[in-house]
Formats: sequence, structure tokens, C-alpha cells
Amino acid sequence: MPSASSVVSMALATRTDRRPSMTRTLWDSSVGKKTIMAVSGLIMLGYLAVHMLGNLKIFFGSGEFNHYAHWLRTLGEPFLHYEWALWIIRVVLVAAVVLHAVSAYQLSRRDLRARPTAYVHKKARSSYATRTMRYGGVILALFIVWHILDLTTGTVHTGGFQPGHPYQNVLDTFSTWYGNVIYIVAVLALGLHVQHGFWSAAQTLGVGSATRDRVLKTLANLLAVVLTAGFVSVPVAVMTGLVS
Amino acid sequence: MKLTLRVWRQQNAEAPGAMATYEVDGISQDMSFLEMLDTLNEELILGGDEPVAFDHDCREGICGACSLVINGDAHGPERTTTCQLHMRSFEDGDTIDIEPWRASAFPVVKDLVVDRSSFDRIIQAGGYISAPTGTAPDAHATPVPKPDADSAFEHAECIGCGACVAACPNGSAMLFTSAKVNHLNVLPQGAPERETRVLDMVATMDDEGFGGCTLTGECATACPKGIPLPSITAMNKEWLRANRKVRR
Amino acid sequence: MADYTTYTTGEPVTDTKAPTGPVADRWNTRRFEAKLVNPANRRKHTVIVVGTGLAGGSAGATLAEQGYHVVQFCFQDSPRRAHSVAAQGGINAAKNYRNDGDSVHRLFYDTVKGGDFRARESNVHRLAEISVEIIDQCVAQGVPFAREYGGLLDNRSFGGVQVSRTFYARGQTGQQLLLGAYQALSRQIAAGNVELHSRTEMLDLIVVDGKARGIVARDLVTGKIDTYFADAVVLASGGYGNVFYLSTNAMNSNATAIWRAHRRGAYFANPCFTQIHPTCIPRTGDHQSKLTLMSESLRNDGRIWVPKAKGDDRPAHLIPEDERDYYLERIYPAFGNLVPRDIASRAAKNVCDEGRGVGPGGQGVYLDFAEAIARMGRKAVEEKYGNLFDMYARITAENPYETPMRIYPAVHYTMGGLWVDYDLQTTIPGLFAIGEANFSDHGANRLGASALMQGLADGYFVLPSTINDYLARNPHTEEIDAGHPAVTEAVAETEDRLNLLLAVDGDRTPDSFHREIGELMWEFCGMARTEEGLRKALDRIPQIREEFWRRIKVPGTGEQFNQSLEKANRVVDYLELAELMCLDALHRAESCGGHFREESQTPDGEAARRDEEFSYAAAWEFSATGDAPVLHKEDLVFEYVHPTQRSYA
Repeated sequence: MPSASSVVSMALATRTDRRPSMTRTLWDSSVGKKTIMAVSGLIMLGYLAVHMLGNLKIFFGSGEFNHYAHWLRTLGEPFLHYEWALWIIRVVLVAAVVLHAVSAYQLSRRDLRARPTAYVHKKARSSYATRTMRYGGVILALFIVWHILDLTTGTVHTGGFQPGHPYQNVLDTFSTWYGNVIYIVAVLALGLHVQHGFWSAAQTLGVGSATRDRVLKTLANLLAVVLTAGFVSVPVAVMTGLVS
Repeated sequence: MKLTLRVWRQQNAEAPGAMATYEVDGISQDMSFLEMLDTLNEELILGGDEPVAFDHDCREGICGACSLVINGDAHGPERTTTCQLHMRSFEDGDTIDIEPWRASAFPVVKDLVVDRSSFDRIIQAGGYISAPTGTAPDAHATPVPKPDADSAFEHAECIGCGACVAACPNGSAMLFTSAKVNHLNVLPQGAPERETRVLDMVATMDDEGFGGCTLTGECATACPKGIPLPSITAMNKEWLRANRKVRR
Repeated sequence: MADYTTYTTGEPVTDTKAPTGPVADRWNTRRFEAKLVNPANRRKHTVIVVGTGLAGGSAGATLAEQGYHVVQFCFQDSPRRAHSVAAQGGINAAKNYRNDGDSVHRLFYDTVKGGDFRARESNVHRLAEISVEIIDQCVAQGVPFAREYGGLLDNRSFGGVQVSRTFYARGQTGQQLLLGAYQALSRQIAAGNVELHSRTEMLDLIVVDGKARGIVARDLVTGKIDTYFADAVVLASGGYGNVFYLSTNAMNSNATAIWRAHRRGAYFANPCFTQIHPTCIPRTGDHQSKLTLMSESLRNDGRIWVPKAKGDDRPAHLIPEDERDYYLERIYPAFGNLVPRDIASRAAKNVCDEGRGVGPGGQGVYLDFAEAIARMGRKAVEEKYGNLFDMYARITAENPYETPMRIYPAVHYTMGGLWVDYDLQTTIPGLFAIGEANFSDHGANRLGASALMQGLADGYFVLPSTINDYLARNPHTEEIDAGHPAVTEAVAETEDRLNLLLAVDGDRTPDSFHREIGELMWEFCGMARTEEGLRKALDRIPQIREEFWRRIKVPGTGEQFNQSLEKANRVVDYLELAELMCLDALHRAESCGGHFREESQTPDGEAARRDEEFSYAAAWEFSATGDAPVLHKEDLVFEYVHPTQRSYA
């Protein structure tokens, strides 16, 4: 039989259970996983912005473009060894991609499980960018693989991959029809992905508010357009002969 | 008005369901949507059929019981509860599809009735302020700035109907959960349990099998009480803050 | 069969629990004299609470906080949907935050007077005292009451009083208070102190050796009938306004819990005291399934009028000012549009009976905000009443900012209910009734914003103090055996009743009978009652009942989710309760509050009370279906507020 004091303490019981670690909570919670997606997404977005600006150097000719590409390998010297900075960036990026993709996969599975029976009366509602996040993500993942095999390792490159000569390699890729198609489709998917993704990340990280919403939405649109235009300009320039 | 209704019929949670078609005639524009269903049910009963089961109670738009997806929209074409939807929103000769809320966390009980006790369990996880009866100081002991009081009220208006979950392509309960978190966390009275509240409620929300939020905004569009989408943003912020603070 | 109207008068019933002495000391005295249960022993006591509205929710939470094991029931899918959620206007409290002369004594005085001197002084004083604690409690729970820019609570005035003592949360005060109680209850459910059974409806009371020891309840999802045992049973199942079919009650609000308790021996007091609320949206046709209230607070700024001329069917804006009759302001200059509900309702009925009503069928009067919009600006009106205006526009498809609202009275609240003593205990030991389910505090008419106050007073503060006394005096009794004859009999009766409903297989729906009894009650036991009409109704009710059991049709089975069966079973009880209401109305040959007998009025048409004969609460004892009940009178003594003709002129 419980003693008087234990009865009273039962009545006034409070939660005293130990909480799991912050990382554990982040990974286990749908909100936490969204945070991981937001942060990894923003890292990739930051990388893409720099990448896009670097790409534009192609308009200044092969010398400057190749020099820029080589400089990337010497970044951080003499403090860092040759190519170390690039490898650090690659590791961070791979980690971001993996975290982003795994979180997206797990969250998507959760989402699909949450609605096992579909509505009979179907209705398309939310914006195109919002509805295509998942497909867009898959397209981008496949693109990244192709892109690396094409222009980093040269495995699937056509026209003879020349390490250290990125300018020529880029010209080769964009002189095939499928190279252009794959690239442009992927960049358009990227634009859509960024348009919803950037705004969504802001909400997930709690920086959005009713008053800031217009600013964030404009910024998302601007980022999407600038990135898309910047990336697309290269194959377009190659196709039109502006860059040759 | 004469209408064709296609209604989800399902005998119980285990049985398979399907859409059944019914014709109703003599529907007045002034009828509420549920009164239109009453008319159908009276005919079904007299014909010896089981009437269409649906949840409803106050019929004033405040209890949150009614829960129909009408032509693919939670609570139908107007931004209100099903019980406050009137037949003047439809045309003579229309075909109307009526389905239950669909979410694994809201299993169908019968026909259009679903079990929303998962919402109750989210509240039980922390959607309260611990203030046992008799312990309260004078009501004026803690003034609450009007903007905070108004914000708390705006979120407290949630009627727990579940339209947000029904409308969300992911079956997510983020808007519901955030409404309660924000109602209580913005008030000084809610401050002592601010962190545990949001962490425990979100954890329970996940455990109940609701989907994650992809910020499609469908929930806020369907919400009959106008709980705004930034409510979710504010909860995310609370959650991140709590996850940092609670272990200090 | 004996004539139902030949009732006999039994022994008077007395409230043995109310202390004597100065009225302001009685609650303290009672709390001190009541026996307590040792905290260690509370866990061993189980208390059943039926209903999760303001009264039930707050009682369940508080009893659990005290350490009792609470088993709670609601027929809704969630405790948060109890119909308290729909209360709009506000909750009274004698805080005197406005420094406008309010006090506990004034709230006490206003309530006794507003109830037309048919309530108990002791109870009402206690209610006024507790009112201040309720606000404190609710604010601590996070109820977002309206506040002023300084951060302090706002107040408004309400019908029947001249001070601003009503606390509110826009037009959703009931919702916010209910969510407060629901959240407190949820906390106790999570702590394991409350065992909640939702979608479970009480169908009978189990009385063993003269004490309430449990209930028979049906799981509405599976149809399973179960028994639940306890040391005390608390009914917080609300009022019985749905007898009238059309009312502002929720569709599923019903009288079954209290009626079944009445059949088991609990006296039913003042069943004819029903409140007709003056500001509801008029009905639009036969399809109408319920009526929607527009908060009484609208009368603070809206002006009520009808055309001066009969049959004037011009649109409102074409009727010039001097051809309008602002009849409440004309007849009651001191209170104007803020007269108590019964008076406002009757006045509306009178002008409509004169042929001056507006809208379809002439069943409506205007509630006009043109003057308020001109004075305060549309924005201020929107701020104050926006959600009510939206609701009105949604239902009627008319814009109330441009054309005046049309309103008409509708059944809203029942002041009558199970007879309870000062401890809120019914005549069955161990059975308590709280909130609208009891009869105790409002007399013959309830003032606006007092129902929320009473529900929460009973649930948070009164019952948790008084039930200790019963439990302490009836220490843990022996376990009830499920095979006890009282249990098996109650279960068998319930099963037989449901089986019979399913077996008749007639040609009329439960709703058609509900509508028929409702229309009969509205006509003869509604806003104005006559001996002739009541006798007609009393002749007709047994016939309807007979027809019901011959022609009812309930499809499906009892072992499933079956809303027709639920409904039919509730109608069974309405068909008996209606008869008692008419008999009570017939026997009370006076007018008081919401009960207006045309035979008893002053020369200028006001209600005329007859204190020498009727200054008592009528507590009825059940005998058998259709048989005359026994009347027990509880004399009402007024030591502080001396009965006068109510005057709001």
C-alpha cells in the first residue's frame, strides 16, 4: 500500500525523465530533421552561389577560367597543403548532400505513411515548386552524380577528358545535345527547388514571420532566378558560339 | 436543388470502404451542408438503409466535430467549418464528393467519422499550464501586454477539427500543434513549462504518425479559424530554442 | 391508467447541508464543517464524472489533482467538444476592477433578483464569492481573456445589470474557458489520475443499497454496453433544452443522464424553468436542425426595433426613424436594450404577435448597429463583434454592417435540473449534479454570463470541497459485484430498451418524433404558457409516446456505431421529460422569470409572481412512465434580498 507521502507526490508528479541528447533529438524529431535539411540546404546553396559566380569566369576566356580552376586547388596555401581546401569543401558538401538526402528520404517515407489512403477526389493545390520538391531533389541527386562523372573525374565525359583543362571539358559537354538537355533540366529543377527550399528553410529555422514573409519570398525568388540564369548562361553561351 | 452525392461508405475501421452514389432532391439554398445530409439520411432510414455516419455537434462552427472533405477540400469550398457551409455555395445539378479526413493518425471509425484522439494525446503531452485549482494569484498580478494577449488568443482559437491534417499532402499536424504551443508559450503564465511543452508535444505528434511539414501552406488555407502559417515558423523557433535550453 | 396530472404532494424536501447564520459566512462554515478525506485515502476512492463541459471538465481535473481516481465520460470524440465551447459572451465575476460599485453582495443581489426570487440565497451568495477565484484560476491556466492596452483585463456589461463585471475572450469565452478546463483535465489524464472514456454515453445509473455506485454506459463505436463502478457519481451532463428540438444546444446534447438518474430516484426540480434567449438567428425553413445564438453582448451596442405599423414590409433602410419602434427603450427606459433575457424575449414575441415582426413569416425583430457604427466607427464595431457579424453573414448571406440583423428568441438554457442540496448532492446519496444539470443557482431566469460562472464554480471549487464530506462519511465500501441484482437489472433494462428500439422496425425516423415533440413543447410550453395549452400538450404526449413505440424505425444493429440508435434512445427520454415539464408548468400557476403563465400577469403585461403560493422549488419524484409523479416542495426563504416585483423600467 502506498504511503501518504507517495500518494501526494504521485498527485503532484512532474516529468523528471532524462532527455536524450540534443543531436539525438534533432535526428529523431521531424522538426529536427527539417532543421538538418534546412542547414544542409543552405550550405549547398551557399556553395552553388559561389560555384555559379566562378562559372561565369568562362566568359573571360580559357586562360582566366583554367587559372581560376587551378587556383581553387591552391586555395589556403601555404597554411593548407595543395588541394586540401578543395577536399575540405568536398567533404562538407558530401556530408550536406548525404544528410539532406537521407533526411528527405526518411521524412518522405513518414509523409507517405501518414496518408495511406489517397483522396478519391484529387485536387492540385500548392504551388508547382512546392509540389515538385521531392522529384526535383531526385533529379538534382542524379544530376550531381553525372556532373561529377562528367567534369570532375571525366568517367562519362565525351570528347576526351583533359584534367587541368576545364574550359575545353565544358565546351565538350555542351557541344552534345544531351549534355545541354541534362544540364538545363537540372538547373531549372534547381531553380524551383531553391525557390521553395530557401523560403522553407527560413521557416524551419524560425526566422520567418508575417512581416518578414514578403522579404523572404522575394529573396527566394531572386536567388532562384539568379542561380538559374547564371548556370544556364554557360551552355547557352556555348550553344550560341559566344564561348568557343 | 437536385444533387448527386458520392459519399465514402465504410462499415468500420477494418472493413474496406468505397464511394457510394446517392441522388437528393428538394435541397434549399438556405440549408447548411449538414442539413442537406440530414435530408439524405432521413430518406436512407425510411428505405431501411443505414444513414451516412458523420461527426457533428454544435453546428455553430466552434466545437470542431464536423469533418468532411468536400470535393477534395477540407470543410468544402468556403473557409469555414462544414456545419457553417451552406448549400448556396453549390449549383443545382452538381455532383459532390464527400470523404472523411484521411490520415493514418485519424483512422476511420465509420463512413465519414474518424478517430481524432491523437490530437488529445498531443495536448496531454504538454498543451496545458500546470496551475492546480486554488493556487492562482490575483488575475491582475501579472499584466500581459495586449499584443501578447491578442496573439495568444489568435492561436487559442483552434477548434481541433483536424482540417489542417486532412488538407496537408503529408498528413502533418504541425499547424494544430503550433497553435497550442504558441497560445501558451507567448503568455507569462506559460513560461515555466515553455521548453518541455514544445519538445514533448512535437515528440508526441511524431509518435502518433503524423507526417512532417513541407510548408505547402495547405493547412492554413483550410483552417476554418484562420490559424496562420507563421504559427509553424514560430513553433520551429520555439523548438530549436528549447532543444538548446532544456539541457543547460 | 392514472391521469398524469393528478400528482400528489409528498413531504417537503429540505436542504440539510446549508449552514445558517450570516449568508456571507455560510460557505466558509460549510467548508470547515465538511469532513475531509485523508490524502492517503483519496487514491482508493473512485469518482465517476459524466460530461466534460465547464463543470465536468473542471471537476474531473480538480478531483484528480486532489488525489482521487477519476473515471470520466463524454459522448463526443474529445472532451474539448462539450457544448460549453459554444458560449460566446462572457463570464461574470465580482472583481470590481472597474471600480463601478460592484461587489460580491451586488452580484448576489443581481442574481437573486434576476432569477425572479426562485433561487436559494445561500447558493447564490456562494456563487458570487467564488466568482472572483474563477477568474484568477482561469488566467493562471492561460485563458486569453481580452485585455486593455495597459495589460490588464477588460470588462463589459451584460443584460440585466448596471455594472461592467463580465470578462470575455472576444465572442468565444466559452471556448477559451472550456479549453482551460480541458487542458487541466488533459494534464491529469497524462498523469494517470483520470481515466477518460470518450465516445461513451451513460445510459443508466446504478444504485446499490440506496447509494449511487456506478453507471451503465455504451461504447458508441463498438456498441458494447459496460458497467463502471465508483464511490460517487457526478453528473455534469448539461441541460435539457433539446426537448424543444430546435434550440441553441448542440445536436447531441441530451437529457438521458439526468433523466435516467431521475427515474432511479433523484428528484427533478423546476423542470419548466427554461430560458428563451432573445438574440438568435431566425429559422429559415423546415429543414432547420438547430438555432444559432448571437451573443447577448450585441445588445450593448445594437438597438432593437420593429416598424411601428403592422405589416410594414419595406426593407429596413426605407423605414424612416419616426416610424420605428425601439420598443425595449420605450418600455424599459432605465435598462433599455439591456433588460434580462426573459423580458427581452417576451417583448419580441409580443411585437411579433401584434403583426409587427420582420423577415420571413414575421418571426423576427431588428438588431441594428447603424447608430453604433456611426458613433464608434466600423473598425471598433468589428473589433468588438467581428466574429459574430461574420457568423451572421455566413448563415444568412446578409451583411450586418449594412442591413440590421434579424433576431428571434430561441430555447437556450434550462434553469431546472436535478434537485441538489448545498453540497450539490441529489436525493440519491452519492449522486452529485453540477453545472446546468442541477437546478440550484439561477432560479426562474439566468442572467447573461452566469452559466459559465456557475459551471466553473461547481466544478473547480464547490464540488471538490463538498464531495469530501460524502466520501469521508462513506469510507471505502465493499467492491460492487457485477452480478449484484441492481447491476444486472440496470444492464438488462438498458439492453432491452435498445433491442426494442431496433426491433420495432416501423415507418418513422427518430428525428421525426423529436421534431414533433419539440414543436408541441415550443407551442404550448414555450415563451408563454396557458392552462389550456399545457393540458393539450399533456393529452398529446402519451399519444406520441405510444406512437413512437409502434412506429419508430432504427436501421442497423446495436453492436456497431449507430447514430440513429443513439438518437432514438435520447428521444425516448425527451418523451417522458416533456411530460414532466408541462406538468410543472401547469402546476406553477404564476409567472416568474422564464416561466410566463398568461393567466398571471400585471395589467401592463409583465410577469406576476405569486409568492404566497409559489415561493418554493418544485422537486418531482418519479413514479412510473406516464404515472403522476410526487411533488416535494422546498420552501425558499429570502433573508437578504426581499422579493419585489422585478422592475427594469
